[in-house]
Amino acid sequence: MRLIFTLFFVLTSMGCSKLSAQIAVYEKFDAFEKAVLKEDDNTYVVNFWATWCAPCIKELPYFEQLHKDNPKVKVILVSLDSRKDLEKKLIPFVAKKQLTAEVILLSDKDYNAWLNKIDDSWSGAIPATLIISGKRKLFAEREFENFTELNNYVNAFINHN
Amino acid sequence: MKFLPLLILFFSSLFLGETTESNGYQPGDKATDFKLKSVDGKMYSMADYKDAKGFIVVFTCNTCPFAIKYEDRINAIAKKYKSKGYVLLAINPNDPEAQPADTFELMQEKAKEKGFVFPYLVDEGQKIYPQYGATKTPHVFLLDKNLIVKYIGAIDDNSDDASAVKEKYLENAIRALDNGTEPSPATTKAIGCSIKTKKKA
Repeated sequence: MRLIFTLFFVLTSMGCSKLSAQIAVYEKFDAFEKAVLKEDDNTYVVNFWATWCAPCIKELPYFEQLHKDNPKVKVILVSLDSRKDLEKKLIPFVAKKQLTAEVILLSDKDYNAWLNKIDDSWSGAIPATLIISGKRKLFAEREFENFTELNNYVNAFINHN
Repeated sequence: MKFLPLLILFFSSLFLGETTESNGYQPGDKATDFKLKSVDGKMYSMADYKDAKGFIVVFTCNTCPFAIKYEDRINAIAKKYKSKGYVLLAINPNDPEAQPADTFELMQEKAKEKGFVFPYLVDEGQKIYPQYGATKTPHVFLLDKNLIVKYIGAIDDNSDDASAVKEKYLENAIRALDNGTEPSPATTKAIGCSIKTKKKA
């Protein structure tokens, strides 16, 4: 199976500061799994979303804030947009929303082959969020109403170590 | 990713209050019939189709990009299997107050514009989709003539490109049902838009 891994760098000057959106693209789940879903000492909060998903877009700022405010976690925003929408939709969206958390495009359309590898309980609706810390994980197909709710949820996971 | 099942079990038990997992049908369960209004203003029930060999119940909506990508495929399947005795009924499960693009009038427009050959029903009061366990659009349930669930899941394995489809899950399942065998796979998964409900206070 061919593994395709491409990096897109978008460097935009924003006054004096530089906004850098770097979107790694995975067309196959296996490559994504290997590179992104790491079982190391970090706690990863992996949010599955898409630019076409209204409830996802609504909660993205909470994940962005989590990325900025909670040093205990690494936030990864996994877009499930189509590969063809990368330049037209995803990159402009990330720039417009000024997302600084890591954004990844997972464009593997063979959902039936990989959704269960994230979690058996995932029906395929998004948003959905996976937290990983070493061998521990917590998955939920759910939305978060505000930052506090998300932050408490993540901290509860961390504090159960 | 190989996680310790026991730890997961232990941990998820701590979060039971947080999960939103719904209890819907599994293959083998008997599905409930319904009486829902279609875009033509008439009420439809599966009981109306005395000679049907089976029912293809598709939860779908007007605006979800995945639902839109599948509109033509759903219409084609409805046409193709109508003559073989299988009735396709589409149900829009979204609350139009939560998703204003899914009002009855806009459903009528959609059905007209796309030339839907199947009833496009309103899940008035959102009573039917939770019983089925639909969580997203599109979400398909194939039932036999006795309303026993035979297949749940996706239409095929490529939402983006109908010409690149390798596995036509739904059509394979209908064929299996028609041949008197059990569909395999009996369930599949795909990404879709969550069903829109009003926020509970």
